[in-house]
Amino acid sequence: MNILAIDTSTIVASVAIINEDKLLGEMMINHQKKHSEKLMTAIDHLLSDSGLDLSNIDVFGVVEGPGSFTGLRIGMATAKGFAQGLNKPLIGVSTLASLANNVPTSSGYICPILDAQRNQVYTGIYYFDASKLKNKLTDTALEIEDLIEEISKLDGNIYCLGDGLPRFYEQIEKSCSNTIKVPNHVNMNRASSAAELVLHKALTGDFMDYKQLEPVYLRPSYAEEKKC
Amino acid sequence: MKILSIETSCDETSAAIVENGRKILSNRIYSQIDIHQKYGGVVPEIASRNHVKKLPYIIDEALAESGLSLKEMDAIAVTNGPGLIGALLIGLSTAKAMAYSLKIPLIGVHHIEGHIAANFLEYPELEPPFLTLVVSGGHSHLVMVRDYQTFEVLGKTRDDAAGEAFDKVSRVLGLGYPGGPAIDLAAQEGNADAIAFPRVMLEKNSLDFSFSGLKSAVLNYLNHCKMKDINYSINDVAASFQLAVVEVLVEKAMIAAKNVGVEKIALAGGVSCNSLLRQKMATAALKHGYELYFPKPILCTDNAAMIGSMAYYNYLNGAVSDLNLNGIPGLKIGSRN
Repeated sequence: MNILAIDTSTIVASVAIINEDKLLGEMMINHQKKHSEKLMTAIDHLLSDSGLDLSNIDVFGVVEGPGSFTGLRIGMATAKGFAQGLNKPLIGVSTLASLANNVPTSSGYICPILDAQRNQVYTGIYYFDASKLKNKLTDTALEIEDLIEEISKLDGNIYCLGDGLPRFYEQIEKSCSNTIKVPNHVNMNRASSAAELVLHKALTGDFMDYKQLEPVYLRPSYAEEKKC
Repeated sequence: MKILSIETSCDETSAAIVENGRKILSNRIYSQIDIHQKYGGVVPEIASRNHVKKLPYIIDEALAESGLSLKEMDAIAVTNGPGLIGALLIGLSTAKAMAYSLKIPLIGVHHIEGHIAANFLEYPELEPPFLTLVVSGGHSHLVMVRDYQTFEVLGKTRDDAAGEAFDKVSRVLGLGYPGGPAIDLAAQEGNADAIAFPRVMLEKNSLDFSFSGLKSAVLNYLNHCKMKDINYSINDVAASFQLAVVEVLVEKAMIAAKNVGVEKIALAGGVSCNSLLRQKMATAALKHGYELYFPKPILCTDNAAMIGSMAYYNYLNGAVSDLNLNGIPGLKIGSRN
């Protein structure tokens, strides 16, 4: 089963192709958000370099959120376009779960942190239980102080990653000495991590109608917030 | 040639199938007006959220209505500007992925050129050259259409678009959003000669428009009435404002037509549904001996069929897009990127 997964939820645009046995190829561009211009060309290159055609893909995967609203929609609209164009299934996975999947570990917690602007972060707390990724805190938008309060309740190592670290890690580390910043190469969104989660869902038959798939924003639009 | 076309540049999510640029096989439009009404105008983020949610359904509806399958499509067309960038990107990303999936050409279309092409759908015999007055929520342009690919902008607004002025005046009169139809309706009950609002013609020979002064004149009039406790008629204000806009549009269109020496004038864009504009343009065209063309209202508002029509002519002229086609909020008429 060939899976093509897309992650354009942050400044990183990433595409990966995997099957049950291996990672066939992956692309990451960590430079300027020009996802709309770059994404299709990247997919085209990755497919041809992997000796594949889009018709060889059995299941499409996309990171559904949270993240940059526009970025999420570029990925989602592209993935839905593939699913509709080829009448193939599409599976969505959490951006934060995908990030946590960058650092499969047998001990401790994983805390993906994305900068959500306005002193907030998109975050969750994850851990691996017998190699299965589980949630301690489900994906949410929090004030940084509230996240620190959540983390400080935890014992053991807490691996932190995501694009929120440059802005918030110093503050987190000050309050929680048991946090560890993961190395750069696993600190950013990788479509292969998403693809593995997509594969797992596909193998367990966890499908839904692709048309019903929507980005998970975790926050209303600013206009809606103001109205409330 | 059958083209599946997609339009998501503002608050309408639309998909259509058009054959050879002239025949509409289907044209589905999901309007988000109800959603944006309570904000008094289009909220870009909310528009984008609804596009990504609805577009696949609208594409399915367009296919179902035409009785065709995706495999029978020969190309995919999409509006790539001008418009709200976040909204444009939904149609664009979808169109690219579908064209790539189906291995058929992708054709980027200029939104305003699409509005002009709505006339090709309404009048199968209409061919360039002709002059077009494009008036909508975001645009007020006088465009000379030399041929299917040569668009010459003769004049445009220097500040507010005509539709923008309608929306703003409608808001202050408490007539709601969108302003065009609301003012048109109120004006039917009002006296258009009640208040002498200014007709801004700018410099001699200029074919540009300016509507912000007119908008301010309406606001000043209302403030003056309120301060002095003078009763005013909303319908009279609407009618007088509308006449001031329409007279300028018609007069400039007539000057432009005379300057370039055309025989045909076409209307395009949402504001071209305005009943007074149609009436005054018809009278002026008759008087000066021009043939007047205007699409039915459903083709004047944002819709994908007009994009499919224009795309056909782009295709015939080799204007096919690459996979890196981008959304361009301020895309200039006659330009592709």
